[in-house]
Amino acid sequence: MLHVNNLTAAIGGKQILNDLNLEVGDNEIFGLLGPNGSGKSTFAHALAGRDGYDITGEVTLDGADLLDMEPEARAAAGVFMGFQYPVEIPGVNNMYFLRTALNSVRRARGETEVGARDFLNVSKKAMDLVEMKEDFLYRSVNAGFSGGEKKRNEILQMAIMEPRLAVLDETDSGLDIDALRIVAGGVNALRSPERSMVVITHYQRLLDYIKPDFVHVLVDGRIVKSGDHTLALHLEANGYADFENDLGDASEQSFAGAQS
Amino acid sequence: MTAPMSESTRTIEELTSADYEYGFSTDLETDIAPPGLDESVVRLISSKKDEPEWLLEWRLKAYAAWREMEEPDWAKLEIAPIDYESISYWAAPKQKPVLDSMDDVDPDIREMFDKLGIPLHEQKMLSNVAVDAIVDSVSVTTTFKATLLEAGVIFCSFSEAVKDYPDLVREHLGSVVPVRDNFFAALNSAVFSDGSFCYIPKGVRCPMELSTYFRINSMNTGQFERTLIVAEDDSHVSYLEGCTAPQRDENQLHAAVVELVAKDRAEIKYSTVQNWYPGDENGVGGIYNFVTKRGRAHTDAKISWTQVETGSAITWKYPSVILQGDRSIGEFYSVALSCRRQQADTGTKMIHIGKDTTSTIISKGISAAHGQNTYRGLVKILRSAENARNYTQCDSLLLGKECGAHTIPYIEVKNPTAQVEHEASTSTVGEDQLYYCRQRGMTEEDAMSMIVNGFCREVFNELPMEFAVEAQLVGISLEGSVG
Ligand SMILES: Nc1ncnc2c1ncn2[C@@H]1O[C@H](COP(=O)(O)OP(=O)(O)O)[C@@H](O)[C@H]1O
Ligand SMILES: [Mg+2]
Repeated sequence: MLHVNNLTAAIGGKQILNDLNLEVGDNEIFGLLGPNGSGKSTFAHALAGRDGYDITGEVTLDGADLLDMEPEARAAAGVFMGFQYPVEIPGVNNMYFLRTALNSVRRARGETEVGARDFLNVSKKAMDLVEMKEDFLYRSVNAGFSGGEKKRNEILQMAIMEPRLAVLDETDSGLDIDALRIVAGGVNALRSPERSMVVITHYQRLLDYIKPDFVHVLVDGRIVKSGDHTLALHLEANGYADFENDLGDASEQSFAGAQS
Repeated sequence: MTAPMSESTRTIEELTSADYEYGFSTDLETDIAPPGLDESVVRLISSKKDEPEWLLEWRLKAYAAWREMEEPDWAKLEIAPIDYESISYWAAPKQKPVLDSMDDVDPDIREMFDKLGIPLHEQKMLSNVAVDAIVDSVSVTTTFKATLLEAGVIFCSFSEAVKDYPDLVREHLGSVVPVRDNFFAALNSAVFSDGSFCYIPKGVRCPMELSTYFRINSMNTGQFERTLIVAEDDSHVSYLEGCTAPQRDENQLHAAVVELVAKDRAEIKYSTVQNWYPGDENGVGGIYNFVTKRGRAHTDAKISWTQVETGSAITWKYPSVILQGDRSIGEFYSVALSCRRQQADTGTKMIHIGKDTTSTIISKGISAAHGQNTYRGLVKILRSAENARNYTQCDSLLLGKECGAHTIPYIEVKNPTAQVEHEASTSTVGEDQLYYCRQRGMTEEDAMSMIVNGFCREVFNELPMEFAVEAQLVGISLEGSVG
């Protein structure tokens, strides 16, 4: 479903991603690991369409060229990003935000909008998934939320938006073990034949809960190693040091997640 | 290939220059006085309205006072000189004189109000909102008058009140805003044309929302309306005014006076949604809005001002409360939006006289494009005001680099038991907020509107329930002017 060909990203002349190549197939969970500063968030933003990067290469989702689209068009095409640092929007009720978001993509796709009552049902189910109480819906978007609540709110949004491709950027960071379990449970419940996910993490511990089909290791903006979930275990034991030396030939490797 | 991301993202600047949707004008046959102001014009207005002698005297006194006064110049406003001789002080649509029934409203006027989203048929309206519709200098109709009278509530045009309830008018007119209060109040007192009058008798909770819709239609005319609300002991009323004007290249003067009297334990909630034509992006045209609004709160009374000021080229407006009675309460909730070349200098005065009086000020200023927004507020605690309390919060939101926000609080405390708290903040709409919303599928315009609305939430929440729909409309009109 997702093809990434020779993707590079630079910001202010500084090269951050180098010739990334990836293939993500239907119903795949895809772990992207790497040390701090390796370019994981940049990769997520490049897919989601954040302003300010110089991008080259090709990224298609179900054949559609993502790089040509505004962020909202990418969202309508099915791209969802779980933010590493979810943004606070004071005074905007969480439920209103969620419904506006859902109806925005539905409108863009030519689907009918969801009314207030139906939405309440949709959101109730999603809330159960991430074990959130109803009052959560009536608070301002992320304003005054704890770190864990913010991340759960991201998963809640994913559950409501039902994206084709979810890119979850360090949804595990800053979570205690209970919150981690809830977030992982939400992600697992949202696995579907129509959906694929890129799970970005700095630590592998999230991958104890979410078993990825493939794991890629990003160092200095290059994929230096790819493998199955055992690669994550290896990383846990040995850290990233092994790969730092591999950089010389990294660009020659074509570690695509095989079948699409 | 290079992704076109940075070029294609529209800037906040661009987002803030949308069209004014009420800019149309209606061809009405209008009776207009020639431009210029002297005693004879004051007499003309008074005689057109068939006023009693005492009111003419009152006007003439005001006119004489105005001649001696000068425009106040302390506000942070750059205003081209106003030529008072080029303005016409009386304009009234010519229509059937009998207006006892809604059906008598001129079809053209009815259509104009339909276009503004204010249907004047009682059946078509919100059943719990009464409307006084004012075009240029006169009230063209007031809905639900009969229903209100059953509850003892008087709601009519000012002119009718002068005829039908002269004693009530005479007792309260100028009692809160004296004729000589300021240059614009004096001018208004001399030439005021029409406005609304509300009287809520003792112990009555007004059964519906009262509202006045002001529409400037004629060219080169000033609008000088006068509103008086008297709430007797233990009564309660909620009132809302809305205003729009056609898009024109010349500036038009609007100088209104509003007086509120809340007797013991009475409560008046006064809300304004002001959307006069703001002028274009180069600052051509637009309404000059100079308004004096003040209320007097007696013992245990409460006066609450809520204003959403999105229009006008110039806004000069300080709805105030004289907290005269012990334990009286004053509130001011304000959203002021300045974009294009708009300038707003607005705020409030809370004058604490009684003991245990409380005031709350929540001001949200939004500046965009070349807009300039100033909050100017006075909290004055007199020696007599034992245990007075004030809480003030002023938040400014800047959308763009060419605009400005200024906060000028004056605090005068003469009683050491006072507790006065002031908080201020200035923020911008972050690119990260916009991006977050867009990643969730919203257009940049929708995202901007949502964020700005969120910033204003505390104030919008104060608008009457019946206008929750209207508050949503404010969202849309903000979308028009902000995002
Ligand atoms: N706006 C920016 N300006 C300059 N450098 C940036 C910017 N954003 C990210 N970077 C740099 O790009 C590199 C990758 O960042 P990021 O994608 O956030 O890494 P990760 O998510 O893997 O920790 C880092 O060196 C970071 O400092
Ligand atoms: Mg990151």
